[in-house]
Amino acid sequence: MKDNQLYINSYVRLTNEFLIVDGKTVAENDGMDAKEWLSFIYKELILNYPKFFKMDALCKSGFLASEAVMRKEPSAEIREDWAVVCLGRAGSLDDDRNYQETIQLKENYYPSPSVFVYTLANIVTGELAIRHRIQGESSCYICERFDAKLLIQIVQDVFANTSARHVLCGWADYDAACIDVLLTTVSSSEKESVACLDISTLSDFYGR
Amino acid sequence: MKSKTLTGILSNNIVSPLGFTTEENWQALSAGRSELRCYEHGFDLPEPFCASLLDCDSLDEKCNKLISKDIEKYTKVEKMAILSAADAIVRAGIDPASPEVVFVLSTTKGNVELLQDSRGFAPERAYLWSSAQQVARFFGNPNEPVVVSNACISGCAALVVAQRMLAARRCRYAVVVGADVLSKFVISGFQSFKALSPVLCRPFDGERIGLNLGEAAATVVCARCEDAEGKAGSWLLGGGLCNDANHISAPSRTAEGLVRAFRQAASDLTEEAMQEVAFINAHGTATRYNDDMESVAINRLGLSQVPVNSLKGYFGHTLGAAGVLEVIVSSVELDEGKVLPTRGCITPGTVEQINVCQEITTTNKNLFVKLISGFGGSNAALILAKNGDCMLSFIPAENL
Repeated sequence: MKDNQLYINSYVRLTNEFLIVDGKTVAENDGMDAKEWLSFIYKELILNYPKFFKMDALCKSGFLASEAVMRKEPSAEIREDWAVVCLGRAGSLDDDRNYQETIQLKENYYPSPSVFVYTLANIVTGELAIRHRIQGESSCYICERFDAKLLIQIVQDVFANTSARHVLCGWADYDAACIDVLLTTVSSSEKESVACLDISTLSDFYGR
Repeated sequence: MKSKTLTGILSNNIVSPLGFTTEENWQALSAGRSELRCYEHGFDLPEPFCASLLDCDSLDEKCNKLISKDIEKYTKVEKMAILSAADAIVRAGIDPASPEVVFVLSTTKGNVELLQDSRGFAPERAYLWSSAQQVARFFGNPNEPVVVSNACISGCAALVVAQRMLAARRCRYAVVVGADVLSKFVISGFQSFKALSPVLCRPFDGERIGLNLGEAAATVVCARCEDAEGKAGSWLLGGGLCNDANHISAPSRTAEGLVRAFRQAASDLTEEAMQEVAFINAHGTATRYNDDMESVAINRLGLSQVPVNSLKGYFGHTLGAAGVLEVIVSSVELDEGKVLPTRGCITPGTVEQINVCQEITTTNKNLFVKLISGFGGSNAALILAKNGDCMLSFIPAENL
């Protein structure tokens, strides 16, 4: 074991088909479209967070996965020693397309601030920080495909360079009605962890 | 000199409506010039706006020599990014095709204008990773570029990421490029937010009513201490990133995130270093809330006597380019021993009093602080120094 080994305390995989928490299938989709499915999970997790209904689909997806993955954590008023890191492929493109529709035609021009506010890739990390009161760094990276190696390097760098002792991190993507999220909680403590943070484990969690 | 986190900046370049090199931009800034203009019907928008737009013909003329026959293959933001990086790479004397070099792109909206009209470009070109690949591949770089997209703080976040990649020895040189262009998409969105001023912006002024947007690309080439010694023009001493955990589109009233970001940036510096701060280059967007929040942060940090400037009155808010561009200009200010005035500020008026720089002033100090905040509750603070022997006194002996 190396000194800088990091551990996954919990992980959540959310796709259009299922919600998996630490290897257990918590909910399965029997034919709902992406938006119905996200609302179904919200009810399934018995959440009470009205801001959810204002979010775009990327933030809804990330938010729901984060709710499930943070359940193992003790509740906290403020999380100063936590950071949020999300990687994704499309960033805010799904909401970008929705916003574009509101300005595409001169005769039907109605730019909406509530749609525009989600047209930034990092709003999802902001929503996670607000929800879980995370006051460390929040950052968002865009790459062509799920990149476990890059994710681990970035998370290692957060531990090496900041006072963060926990990182809520993973892959958060929503593009053309396709939900693709893998969120994990990572710390340097092996206690109660489900796995070591390494490329094969992350790829395995992502691929299932 | 050896330091794990000390990052040398070997070279830089700015492409903006004020010029196609850092020198051209500096000449315009020293003369107090800006290319912010009011447009009545730009981008087919129903409302007028004021912005700093880069002329496409002049850009193509500059790119012709560099990109030649393939110029049609690139979008405006990609051409700007390539042009800014090309000059910086030459000046740094590095081989961009080397596997030891990694490109880091900071952008918020990349090619989003292609959603309006694809102009024959493939759909994937609207993805930010695609723009980054275009830039890295133009230079023959074999590595997957890293794309940092953290709203307005992207450029400063990209510099922090580069510093960490170098410290972890994952690359030898990092080419950090910040670039964004304006479009109907971006301007209509900020208009819908009521964040834009229809006239020239007035950062930190009591009468400020909103921001102006601008187009730019800016590049710095970063290296580790041992590769930068004797070559670096300036040094990144520390950086911090913190979230307010407060609101996705409004800054924290207590400026908590920005204060914490600064403390993190300064955590590895000596007390002597803080005496050498020549000025603070703030975000200073000229929105009510941002400028007030920064004034709170600066007071909470005990820096209310330090001169503060904002560059938004020259360039507008250049989004993903802003962090990189403003760090470059601030470094030149230190080198020249001059602090630029906050163009557009006539009578300072913020919730907490700060020392807004309103006339070009001289300085012989060696450091500057860069502050920036953005949507998503993100905040960044950087501390940079000009190259010189005194730098050794800024870093605790145990870190050298």
